[in-house]
Amino acid sequence: MNQIQNFTKGLIKENPILVLVLGACPTLATTSSSLNGLGMGAATTFVLVCSNVVISLLAGLIPDKVRIPAFIVIIASFVTIVDLAMQAYVPDLYKTLGIFIPLIVVNCIVLGRAEAFASKNSVFSSLIDGLGMGLGFTLALGILGAIREIAGSGSIMGYKFIQGDGILVFILAPGAFIALGYLIALVNKIRKA
Amino acid sequence: MEYILIIISALLVNNVVLAQFLGICPFLGVSSKVNTAVGMSAAVTFVMVLATIVTYIIQVYVLEKLGIAFMQTITFILVIAALVQMVEIILRKISQPLYQALGIFLPLITTNCAVLGVAILVIQKDYNLLEGVIYSAATALGFGLALIILAGFREQFELVDIPEGMKGVPVSLVTAGILALAFMGFTGIV
Repeated sequence: MNQIQNFTKGLIKENPILVLVLGACPTLATTSSSLNGLGMGAATTFVLVCSNVVISLLAGLIPDKVRIPAFIVIIASFVTIVDLAMQAYVPDLYKTLGIFIPLIVVNCIVLGRAEAFASKNSVFSSLIDGLGMGLGFTLALGILGAIREIAGSGSIMGYKFIQGDGILVFILAPGAFIALGYLIALVNKIRKA
Repeated sequence: MEYILIIISALLVNNVVLAQFLGICPFLGVSSKVNTAVGMSAAVTFVMVLATIVTYIIQVYVLEKLGIAFMQTITFILVIAALVQMVEIILRKISQPLYQALGIFLPLITTNCAVLGVAILVIQKDYNLLEGVIYSAATALGFGLALIILAGFREQFELVDIPEGMKGVPVSLVTAGILALAFMGFTGIV
């Protein structure tokens, strides 16, 4: 597989949310607006890229039997870095995303890529894989966030372009489930056609 | 009285799955049969309460005493992973029937974000140990409630003609959305 395919597979063919349906918790929780979704995506991408690189560097040194705990420690270290950095530099976004920043550590995508890809491939491929998967995740979060923000408050990236209140339910919890459900159904339909 | 408030709030008003979006993966993954849903809820309840107690003690007596609260994420996830392993080994030794019932769900629980989420939330909400235990038990029951209701629906879906693209995850998500809408009706209680 060449590096371009390696990069684009995370965006479309193996999109972690829309196709593999991994990491649904932060997807539903942080997409009440497109900006929050993109922020969460950026934080996850950072962790994904860093942990992929470090794990592929150390893959030969970690004994097979303790690899999962070792991967988790590496991932948790980067999550702590993100957590502290966001607390210091973007406190507003940090407050909105709340508990879902420390919970990146149990995001199935991150451990999944470590186990399925980074532990078996070269450092550079793992970097590209992490970047592709992270951007795919961010893309899906951005789309879902945009749908919910447009339907729910008639604005996009905080810029209001439809007057009135919008369909409030899309901002609230039920709207997240329903919007993601129909988005995945749409992707299924397109993939099969 | 405040304990009852914690229970109602965690179980119905701020339902862990339907309002807080924690534990969506097992919610979608093991909700195809009511029986497995019951087993999974029991395993989650057990681990969640245990994990809350252990992480609370570690937070108060180790991390805060040493002034290294920033190690919270790393410590908690390791403690939970070790705890799940230990529970699995102990269950296999002492109670074969219980192991048969819960065993297959235990490895899945390490990556259940609800367990780590509740452990962190108990610290963030400044609960004492007893309140923490009540909160985590009620949260776990709320998880079980949502899981079993969804599993009941999904068993019925096998008899229904669902459009091709909607099969599987999408229809479960839309159902969960309608459930979440119903649970919003509890908002006024607390």
